[in-house]
Amino acid sequence: MSAISATAHAHTAHAAHHEVGFVRTYIFSTDHKMIARQFLFLGLFMMIIGGLLALMVRWELAWPETPVPGLGSILTETGGILEPSQYNMAFTMHATLMIFFVIMPILAGAFGNFCIPLMIGARDMAFPFLNMLSFWVAALSGVLMLSGFFVPGGHAAAGWTSYAPLSAVPEYTGTNWGQNLWCISLFVLGVSSMMGAINYITTIINMRAPGMKLFRMPLVVWSLFITAILLLLALPVLTSGVAMLLFDRTLGTNWFKPSGGGEPLLWQHLFWYFGHPEVYILILPAMGIASEILPVFARKPIFGYHAMAFSMIAIAFLSWVVYGHHMFVSGMNPALGMSFMVTTMIIAVPSAIKTFNWLGTLWGGRIQLKVPMLNALAFVWMFVIGGLSGIFMASTPVDIYIQDTYFIVAHIHYVVFGGSIFGAFAAIYYWFPKMFGRLTNTALGHLHFWPTFVFFNLTFFPMHIIGVGGQMRRIYNPLQYEFLQHQQHWNVFITYSALLLGLSQIPFVINFFWSLFAGQKAPLNPWNSNTLEWTAPSPPPHLNWGPTVPTVYRGPYEYTSPESREDFLPQSQPPLVRAGAARH
Amino acid sequence: MTRVLEAPPRHRPRPSRTTGQVPPPPPPPGGDDGPDGDPAPQWAVLDNVVLATIFFIGAEVMFFTGLIFSFWILRLAAPVWPPPLQPRLPLGVTGVNTLVLLASSVVMVAAGRALNAGDRGLAVRRLATAAGLGGLFLLVQGYEWVRLIRFGLTVSSGAYGATFYTLIGTHAVHVFGALVWLAVTLLLAARGRFADGGTAPFRACALFWHFVVALWPILYLSVYLL
Ligand code: HEM
Ligand SMILES: [Cu+2]
Repeated sequence: MSAISATAHAHTAHAAHHEVGFVRTYIFSTDHKMIARQFLFLGLFMMIIGGLLALMVRWELAWPETPVPGLGSILTETGGILEPSQYNMAFTMHATLMIFFVIMPILAGAFGNFCIPLMIGARDMAFPFLNMLSFWVAALSGVLMLSGFFVPGGHAAAGWTSYAPLSAVPEYTGTNWGQNLWCISLFVLGVSSMMGAINYITTIINMRAPGMKLFRMPLVVWSLFITAILLLLALPVLTSGVAMLLFDRTLGTNWFKPSGGGEPLLWQHLFWYFGHPEVYILILPAMGIASEILPVFARKPIFGYHAMAFSMIAIAFLSWVVYGHHMFVSGMNPALGMSFMVTTMIIAVPSAIKTFNWLGTLWGGRIQLKVPMLNALAFVWMFVIGGLSGIFMASTPVDIYIQDTYFIVAHIHYVVFGGSIFGAFAAIYYWFPKMFGRLTNTALGHLHFWPTFVFFNLTFFPMHIIGVGGQMRRIYNPLQYEFLQHQQHWNVFITYSALLLGLSQIPFVINFFWSLFAGQKAPLNPWNSNTLEWTAPSPPPHLNWGPTVPTVYRGPYEYTSPESREDFLPQSQPPLVRAGAARH
Repeated sequence: MTRVLEAPPRHRPRPSRTTGQVPPPPPPPGGDDGPDGDPAPQWAVLDNVVLATIFFIGAEVMFFTGLIFSFWILRLAAPVWPPPLQPRLPLGVTGVNTLVLLASSVVMVAAGRALNAGDRGLAVRRLATAAGLGGLFLLVQGYEWVRLIRFGLTVSSGAYGATFYTLIGTHAVHVFGALVWLAVTLLLAARGRFADGGTAPFRACALFWHFVVALWPILYLSVYLL
């Protein structure tokens, strides 16, 4: 027995004597699985608010300046009609909440916390207390962000990108404390994500179980490792930016205000230097999740494991040198624009490698169309569409015409909703049995997936069309522009689809809560997977395994291996032939 | 409890000082699946805290890069720098102050030596000296700020004041944070926490201290000298 397991044994014997109270178990818990659940609930809660804001935006675009149903009781002066300033607030906060408080908490926060220790065979994170702090600081940041809705002048209204000087001078948007709280909240969130990222990286480097070589790690762990590095290095740039913005607004500094010698374009550089790595922070975990789920439900090894890991590393490197593609029309030197165009097209190469490897994984597999698999397949497919529209926009001659139109909005949603959110759904359905110890309902899962998939496409695909037709982003009333009036029927169509997309989430909510309390008890390994988390009880107890942590003998994707009579071969199952004997 | 959450030991197990027992060896690394000769982490290269501090410094570097980059953008865009009719920054005093801060780093290295040699008293005295030098640096900075404000250089006096106070202030906050960390480490050292050779928390603190010290010459050069 190993040194580690010996002490663990002593500890489990000890733990039996001393139960921690309710507060330490459910609220201020240092257990990575509880923190994961907390992040998940934070993200799902914020998703409801962000989704309602999106529906408000859609209503305004389809039927401009008519009362939004249900808002009459809140916006009493106008009887429920959104004013332009409130419309700006709605789309700004929709994007801010979805990016910073839905996708990041769910993918990096919840699944990072849940998967990393369990899948590398660690008993917890390297710094459990720091982990707890990271959640509660994120929660504080969420409260700060939400409180912006209740201050006089309303919430931030300068777009999620908060371009200066629009965001730097309170008179321009009419919001004062809203934008300040936006800055403060993101500053605090930067601190939280830095704590989380340091913890993830240290854990992955130092805490792997015996035999868990770097290239035996599941790809989702690889993706979270790379995400953590991007988080660690990208978020501080935003943090410095929002600090300067806040100083400009409150202390009267002049970083971004030209009147005092400041430079408004500086904000764009800082923001996008963070912003492009950020979009990969949003997508990399989903890529890892898909790489995890496809082999399990195709009962085949992942195609090109090393290529998958190295392409993620390549994406991480390249994501630092492409950010200028968001600023093609900011007046940059055309030669510089050309370089950014080339680097952006190069970053599509590792993305394509991943896509082909996913297809290679599916090729000839015995595919089981279970609910997690459907969501993972949707991820692959939608990500391809989003990546392809990205290449259109990467080419400067095209982007000059489609920048700032609904084409961009279509791209964003194909990668972020079609990519990250389908990835998140896939992960929730896949790990729910381990996370909560109960199976989800399959019928409700289908009832959630199919309408979501259909209405997602009906909502976002037409945006390509109206985008090429010239409809700008962030306009209050498309009917004000004569050249847009002929395509208003598309806006109405999109809004109907969006409302149905919203309704399609109801089966998910029912499924989630029903399964949480009344779902069938989950077996140890419901999907017959190889990775280590399925060797722990469902749900895993504190410290995850009993007296010994598993020892790892092979890579994570040995499905349908000739070495085993079953169609899977867990990482922790000792080889039949002793390794030493096989060498000769 | 904490034992199981720690990384594998840095070195092969040494006999415990109290019982003389050697811990059992770890399990064999298991089967082979290719030439990816990366060993499982049986012996961690760096302790968790040290590793985490290195990554923390990485994040801090990016944060300061954002600030210093922005400073240079504004400064190169300005027609004249420093702008006319603004007080000049005190070069001499700050130069001496730079030496004070650099000296604290040297003392910190010496403290590490003393700790490794097992001389707890000397280590604590040296740590206190390093902290004293850091404190002195902050006091002189504060005094300079008061004088500058009296001469009319404020945060809102154009790009000059804004960049000066943001950059130098952020650094001062970091020195203060590092001082608090140093004080905690000093307390631990005095209580004999590092007596058994487990000096990782000390090394982590020293690393961060060297980082805030190393940052200063860059700021001094950018903001004061050039
Ligand atoms: C093949 C890969 C990709 C390429 C070539 C690409 C290219 C681009 C380009 C050129 C733009 C700027 C368009 C403009 O504003 O004129 C853009 C915007 C954007 N991309 Fe991508 N992209 C790719 C993948 C992704 C992924 C994976 C995500 C997120 C998960 C993403 C999220 C976004 C977002 C959020 C914006 C809009 C930002 C804004 O202005 O609000 N992209 N993309
Ligand atoms: Cu980008």
